[in-house]
Amino acid sequence: MPNRSVTVALIGNPNSGKSTLFNALSGLRQHTGNYPGVTVEMKKGQCPVGELTLDLIDLPGTYSLAPRSPDEMVSVDLLLGRRPEEPPPDVIVNVVDATNLDRHLYLTTQLMAIGKPVVLAVNMIDVATARGVTIDAEKLSTATGLPVVLLQSNKGIGIEALKAAIVKSVGQTSHAIGPSLPNAFTQEVATIKQSLNGAVPTFLAERLLLDVGGYTESWLVGKHGEALKLQLIAARTRLSEAGHAVPGAEVKARFQWARNVIAQSVTAPATRPVTGSDRIDRVLTHRVWGTLIFLSVMFVLFQLIFVASAPFMDGIKWLQSQAADFVTAKLPAGPVRSLIADGVISGVGSVLVFLPQILMLFGFIAILEDCGYMARAAYLMDKVMSRCGLSGKSFIPLLSSVACAVPGIMATRVIENRRDRFATILVAPLMSCSARLPVYSLLIGAFLTTGFAGWVPGVALFGMYMIGFITAPLVALVLKRTLLRGETPVFVMELPSYKVPSLRNIARRMFDAGWAFVRRAGTLIFATMVLIWAAAYFPVTRADGTNSEKMVEALQQTVDETGWDAATKQAAEAALRHAKSEWKRDSYLGRAGHAMEPLVTPLGWDWKLGTATLASFPAREVIVGTLGLLYEGEEESETLGAAIQDDWSKDPIRGKYGVPVALSVMVFFALCCQCVSTLAVIRRETKSWSWPVFTFVYMTVLAYVGAFVTFQLGKMVIG
Amino acid sequence: MTTLDRLVKGQSAIVKAVLCEPAVSQRLGEFGLFEGERIDVVGTAPLGDPIEIRLGSTLLTLRKSEAAGVRVTPL
Repeated sequence: MPNRSVTVALIGNPNSGKSTLFNALSGLRQHTGNYPGVTVEMKKGQCPVGELTLDLIDLPGTYSLAPRSPDEMVSVDLLLGRRPEEPPPDVIVNVVDATNLDRHLYLTTQLMAIGKPVVLAVNMIDVATARGVTIDAEKLSTATGLPVVLLQSNKGIGIEALKAAIVKSVGQTSHAIGPSLPNAFTQEVATIKQSLNGAVPTFLAERLLLDVGGYTESWLVGKHGEALKLQLIAARTRLSEAGHAVPGAEVKARFQWARNVIAQSVTAPATRPVTGSDRIDRVLTHRVWGTLIFLSVMFVLFQLIFVASAPFMDGIKWLQSQAADFVTAKLPAGPVRSLIADGVISGVGSVLVFLPQILMLFGFIAILEDCGYMARAAYLMDKVMSRCGLSGKSFIPLLSSVACAVPGIMATRVIENRRDRFATILVAPLMSCSARLPVYSLLIGAFLTTGFAGWVPGVALFGMYMIGFITAPLVALVLKRTLLRGETPVFVMELPSYKVPSLRNIARRMFDAGWAFVRRAGTLIFATMVLIWAAAYFPVTRADGTNSEKMVEALQQTVDETGWDAATKQAAEAALRHAKSEWKRDSYLGRAGHAMEPLVTPLGWDWKLGTATLASFPAREVIVGTLGLLYEGEEESETLGAAIQDDWSKDPIRGKYGVPVALSVMVFFALCCQCVSTLAVIRRETKSWSWPVFTFVYMTVLAYVGAFVTFQLGKMVIG
Repeated sequence: MTTLDRLVKGQSAIVKAVLCEPAVSQRLGEFGLFEGERIDVVGTAPLGDPIEIRLGSTLLTLRKSEAAGVRVTPL
């Protein structure tokens, strides 16, 4: 007999612990749901309860059901059962914060109006108790007409009771006793609903009237014309004259009801105690100390990435070389062996090696978000961001883009204003994503480590990141003054209480991010590396009919034989290197690179750099693998970095100006959008091809100019 | 009577009227900021903007340009 499934929608304010609850209920049985036409995604999970399966859907955190954007409309439509892809929910679980009940109940009253059974999940009971707040669940239940469960989701307390309450609510008629809005209001709503021929449910007709300039209004006025707009204005004027001006009337009614309910069921100390959170905030939002601490935190992060991840990276490199050696030993020479050893293992491996750094970055950002510090960051940064025409809310997506622009661009959904959101999306790729790390790491390691003071590599890395951090706001400013002019959006934001971040949440987010990166490494980069490998391998037969690979193989065997004296051995090794580099030069990739060389000479680059950069336009991490291929066996060096150094030392330009050339490559990568995934996400978020194309073009131009200036300036400085 | 943006750190006030743009008024209302409510000004960001206020048990931040629409009576 198949399990009967029950659809449960989980909704609540941001910072109510809803995600922790969702994770506790669904465990590992989670996936993400996409909706056509909008960019919001929702986590879906399953929770077995006896013979039933709860199909959970985690709606984005929101303070009210007054939609102000298409994405917020998705939640409302989903609750109303108007989304074609989702069944209407059988039960709505409203997660509220026990310490902020009056504000959280605002949303509850709106949920009650939907008509589905609502279970009130009062979370963070432990924090309430610590503050001397006691909640009588029974009285709360009586006052609201809703089943009430007290929870501490981070410890799993109350979860079983919640599951029982959900199951019990299925199919029940709601006994909710919500606030009543004035009669005048209800009448106006009925009139409007009628004039729309009942095309929308009462709930949406209410929103239409209440949300002045909201999404429901712009959607329906767009559909039904200006006549509707005039009707709304008339209705609102009448309500205002009757003393029930919107939106104030709704707010007062709901809060009055909530306070009444709380008076009946909650006991709290007369004066609010100063919490630990407040004390921490005195320092962290202090004008001077707060900013200094913030900058230090960011700086520490970058030094950590370079130092703390090193042992893990070495481990991965070792595994990679073991695998390559194994394959080379076991398979006969030929395209297949080369494909696996040089294309697959070497290519993907050289990308995976940066996973430790990326995990650390994502982990750090997850900690900041979970503990509540991120909101303070947005608060501290708002004025600065305003100078670029953005708001503090753009700070978090842009900061996320430091790890990876793909989720960062997706995170721009929190930005309600379309123009602000687009501006943030278009500059997010400048924010030095983690995929640039391989390039920076390689070149800094090769050119700015030996012979330089110990702090130079860290500062250089920080500097490269700063290039992104400085260029992005400047570009945003230009965009907001030209292409994306408009009114300023609402900034009002909550600063949640600090809390100890949940290790499980952080681990899950690190895993999700790491897995997404690996999948990307596995699929997109794999495909690219195979193509690059093929372009560098073929043609393998020379004009005179000899097979390059066989020749190299033979020479390799000669070199490997023992018993040679030093001079003969050196000659053999030189012959081997010559054969290898000839092979590469004649390959398709080499030919393309050579053809391009005039284009990159002003930047101080050679054909190898130009080729590798060209190859990395789909995904920037590819450059490391490609350079590896192009330099493979070229020089007598152990590492790619050393091989590049050796090769450059022989060239008149790059030998003298090695550091400026290295810097110009890094600057190019800092400013160029070499990521198909990013462009794809931009297309999805902006729903047009013109924005990703625009992004690609403007960034490539910026990158070329930046690299040019860097090299020429460096040349002048060195003299 | 004055407006919220003119209050300084440590000052408290009662809201007399919320006369901001509808979107701002609604958002403030959702957080519990409406006539008769008490606000405590906790501080400001480094460059003087945005400001941080306490509203009941909620800590909010808003820009001075938004706070300018909130008429208050200082306590």
